[in-house]
Amino acid sequence: MELTNYLVLAAILFAIGATTVLLRRNAIIVFMGIELMLNATNLTFVTFARMHGDLHGQVIAFFVMVVAAAEVVVGLAIIVAIFRTRRSASVDDVNLLKN
Amino acid sequence: MTVSGGETVLFWVLAPLMVLAALGLLFARKAVHAAVCVVFVMISLAILYIAQEAAFLGVVQIVVYTGAVMMLFLFVLMLVGVDASDSLVETIRGQRIIGWLLGLGLVSVLVGVIAQSTFPPSVGLTAANAESNPVALARILFADYVFALEVVGILLVTAAIAALVLTHRRRLVPRVGQRQISDAKVAALAEGGLLTPLPAPGVYAQNNAMDTPALDPQGRPIEHSVSRILRIRGQERSAGRILATERAVLLEHEPELTSRRFPELSAPTDEEVAADLSGQATTPAPEQGAFPTDTTARSTGPDRSVGAAESAGPAGPTTEHGKES
Repeated sequence: MELTNYLVLAAILFAIGATTVLLRRNAIIVFMGIELMLNATNLTFVTFARMHGDLHGQVIAFFVMVVAAAEVVVGLAIIVAIFRTRRSASVDDVNLLKN
Repeated sequence: MTVSGGETVLFWVLAPLMVLAALGLLFARKAVHAAVCVVFVMISLAILYIAQEAAFLGVVQIVVYTGAVMMLFLFVLMLVGVDASDSLVETIRGQRIIGWLLGLGLVSVLVGVIAQSTFPPSVGLTAANAESNPVALARILFADYVFALEVVGILLVTAAIAALVLTHRRRLVPRVGQRQISDAKVAALAEGGLLTPLPAPGVYAQNNAMDTPALDPQGRPIEHSVSRILRIRGQERSAGRILATERAVLLEHEPELTSRRFPELSAPTDEEVAADLSGQATTPAPEQGAFPTDTTARSTGPDRSVGAAESAGPAGPTTEHGKES
């Protein structure tokens, strides 16, 4: 087996995550799609680190994880705040600026 | 570097399952199912990391992603409401088609690029991980990336404070404590309020359920012993129906004993059941006002004795339920 199999798996996961972001309306599921994309990139980083025998890829993946954790905290806080005022977690309902 | 046979098997077992779980995120109707699918993908990713000589990242993946991030997701899901399912109405025309096209295009582009490009022969991490993976990572992290690490620390503190600020809510009404609640209860006594907790629902020989009212000392059902929610939903069962069933069962199994020991139970007459129902209608129910209960209509269910009783019984007290026709 070649290491490129891991890259193909990461590409498929990334595309599924991106499609989730495009298609789903529930803000929380959209967020999970973003998490899936970040995880797919992490798999790519780890695979390339192994391919090149260089641990810098793993360090970058580590930083991606940290930033993703911070992003999730802020994003979910925003979702909760929006849900409190609008009683909805759907991304289509957030059109306060429209009128 | 060659990939071992065990790793190949691991990959081909895990990869299809991961893709299936990721598709579950895309298609699951309920957000909780999607979250469980993502948890599966993340744990599988951790296994793949460990297989790819990234033991530290594998552990961090489990601790940070499945342990903290996904649990936070589930927590917010419970907070926002598990039942909040997706609406299937398209607000932007053709969004579904365009989304699918973009997704398929993205996967074909990415896979095409990976298939087309030639990669250098794999080196493997045996040399780099000579003094164990975490130690080697730490040497890079705390030498080349010190500044980035500091910035990330600031980012984490900022994110924590941001979450606190975003979800903080100012108190708009005065705090309601135990004292205020008891004062309000005493003040409401004049309007028919209750000081005590509401009576518990009924326990009978045949069933012990939330949806049947308890009986008061006179044997009349206490309407408000059943949860208000059940009464609004119309899921309450009338006590008359349960009692009539019990009488029928008793009579069927031990006719002599029943008639000797409970002479009043020997014949569930129409008047008895009707009195049961009328007693139910006259029982004071404090919160009943706005919600018309339709216990009478439901008691004409499969139970034959009550059904017969109602058709023959006096129409006076039952018509006020508004369901008799």
